[in-house]
Amino acid sequence: MRHSRGTLYFIIFICVLSLYLNLPQNLNFSKKILNKEFHFTLPRFPRNLNFKKGLDLSGGMRVTLLVDMEKIGEGQRQTALDSVRSVISRRVDLYGVSEASVKTSVAAAQYRLVVELPGIEKPQEALDLIGQTASLTFATPIYKADPASPSGELKLVNFTPSDLTGNDLAAATVTFETQDRQPAVSLKFKDSGRDKFAKLTKEFLGKPIAILLDQSILSAPTVQSEITSGDAIITGKFTIDEAKFLATQLNAGALPVPIKILSQKNISATLGNASLNQSLIAGGIGLAVVAVFMCLYYGWMGFISVIGLLVYGLITAALYRLIPVTLTLPGVAGFILSVGMAVDSNILIFERYREEIRAGKPSAIALELGFGRAWNSIKDANLATIITGLILFNPLEWTFLNTSGSVRGFALTLILGILISLFTGIVVTRTFLRIFYKPKNTKPLILNT
Amino acid sequence: MTIDWMKYRYLYIVFSLLIIIPGLFSLIFYGLKLSIDFTGGSVLTLSDSTVIHQKYITQQQADELVEKLQEKDKDLKLVSFETIGPSMGQETTNKTISAVLLASLLLLIHISHAFKQLKFGVCAILAMLHDSLVLLGIFSLLGHFFNIEIDLLFVTATLTVLSFSVHDTIVVYDRIRELQRHTSNLSMYEMANQAVSETMVRSLNNSLTIIFMLLALVLLGGDTTRYFALALLIGTISGSYSSPFTAVPLLAIWDDLKNRKK
Repeated sequence: MRHSRGTLYFIIFICVLSLYLNLPQNLNFSKKILNKEFHFTLPRFPRNLNFKKGLDLSGGMRVTLLVDMEKIGEGQRQTALDSVRSVISRRVDLYGVSEASVKTSVAAAQYRLVVELPGIEKPQEALDLIGQTASLTFATPIYKADPASPSGELKLVNFTPSDLTGNDLAAATVTFETQDRQPAVSLKFKDSGRDKFAKLTKEFLGKPIAILLDQSILSAPTVQSEITSGDAIITGKFTIDEAKFLATQLNAGALPVPIKILSQKNISATLGNASLNQSLIAGGIGLAVVAVFMCLYYGWMGFISVIGLLVYGLITAALYRLIPVTLTLPGVAGFILSVGMAVDSNILIFERYREEIRAGKPSAIALELGFGRAWNSIKDANLATIITGLILFNPLEWTFLNTSGSVRGFALTLILGILISLFTGIVVTRTFLRIFYKPKNTKPLILNT
Repeated sequence: MTIDWMKYRYLYIVFSLLIIIPGLFSLIFYGLKLSIDFTGGSVLTLSDSTVIHQKYITQQQADELVEKLQEKDKDLKLVSFETIGPSMGQETTNKTISAVLLASLLLLIHISHAFKQLKFGVCAILAMLHDSLVLLGIFSLLGHFFNIEIDLLFVTATLTVLSFSVHDTIVVYDRIRELQRHTSNLSMYEMANQAVSETMVRSLNNSLTIIFMLLALVLLGGDTTRYFALALLIGTISGSYSSPFTAVPLLAIWDDLKNRKK
């Protein structure tokens, strides 16, 4: 019994924690106690805990792009793919799409990008923006006296493009071969670029040169010396990540790859929200019917299992916020299905319990036997569902299996649902029953085994 | 109380075949009505909820099409647009097949291992195939007569049904495993009867709760998940039926055949 008490406190702790995670973050309430004003504010969680909605709920556009690697050498393809990803992320950020995602995938010997843009209103405009091939140019800045400044300070107004472009660049890599061993970016020019670069560095010795990607400035190193070898190093107080980022972006210019649309899906937000509301209402009604059924058929035991189900809902919602799980319509369906399966462990246990009671065992012993016997089947059965869940979720990113976001969303909610339902179905319901379930007409112990 | 369920074991198989064979005919003659997830192509949904199916077109072409339609009705808007290249469609088909094969193989290993005998694994997988044939057959008929399409979500539903079917079968098999441990003189026929009798109430109650949830989704849920929920519903009903009336009778029939050989 003491053991159960400990578990009960643990369950209460988990519930309170889940409740805290589920409450709105800006909750505060004040109350007058003994003529004194008290303010209660919940400590804030360091991260936004709103549900993360998938594209089918928030509305927006998903595009799968084929990256044409025909002109890129075998060894440079991954670099080119990372570069084009980086460039498109940059464009999307500049366009002002929040929570956009750009992911790479290699499937069926094709190099792909999957771009998700929530809340896009003009799909064609976004497509044009994404679809351009990256253009890298070297330019020289033009300064003019700023009329607003009394001391006549110089202000950057425009750039003069030079004849040196990304086509002349062979590759950019991160290097540590500098005097102070700090990360830097080394540039290697092609034969065509060597002379152009030499001319540029001679002309602008001691002055900055701007490197422009898609017409916006990437880096503006100052020329330290005339470089005729076609090898240059950009130094600066870079962290390794900054140096990598710069090299990746420069490579986008050096390894220009055309991209083509493989598939595209636009969903309006209103459609998504309507479906979500309908599904949630449907789930609520389904749940209510299940709860009534359990109470009617199993009485007090059923009622306790419904409480277990509420704990299940609370923990699930908290985990969805915490991980965070991207909610999609199939994901919501997966959740609703897992509720049905959560009840299953309880039904299995209750049926076993009834059998033991029929066999003449006293209630407390029947309860323990019921849990013990049911466990074997619950374990093997749920393992089977988890196996299928993992095949759908494809955690190792096997290319011969599905990688679609909606299928994965469904699989994730199903797997989570089963794991949480094992906890609530076995641990929570069992502890509640041990402590709170005291049937009136307990049969006397019959010793005839 | 033990009912002699297995007396009618061949009748259950005949009943299953009565459902599977029309579906199988439909699968062979009509095939499945595949969505653009598999075939490639474009689907446009307009604000007056008309749906236009097209060959693979681009956003630009879609916008032009909507502009043309707007000449008749100014307020018309493009609510959703989906377009999938033909190569992507083929890939989805291949991935679906490998997922089903991999799931079958892993579940076969899991069950054979958990029950220490290959016949449990084989019979559970046969029951699982039974459920997928019922589901595919019914959707083939629905596709032919009501234009209901099979999309990527349907694949998800099918795989879920496969795991539910096995889930349900394992619960009944677990009883047989227990009986095998505690008694040595019972035949498979007798054990099967006892196991089915003892799990019948549980199977019914469990299926009912899942069916309540799914029925709510089919009737009240959003349009986008309606057929997904319907597929799950059909699969759950078939999966619940197939555990006591396919998976277990098959075990009994397996022993019949073995005894006849002797």
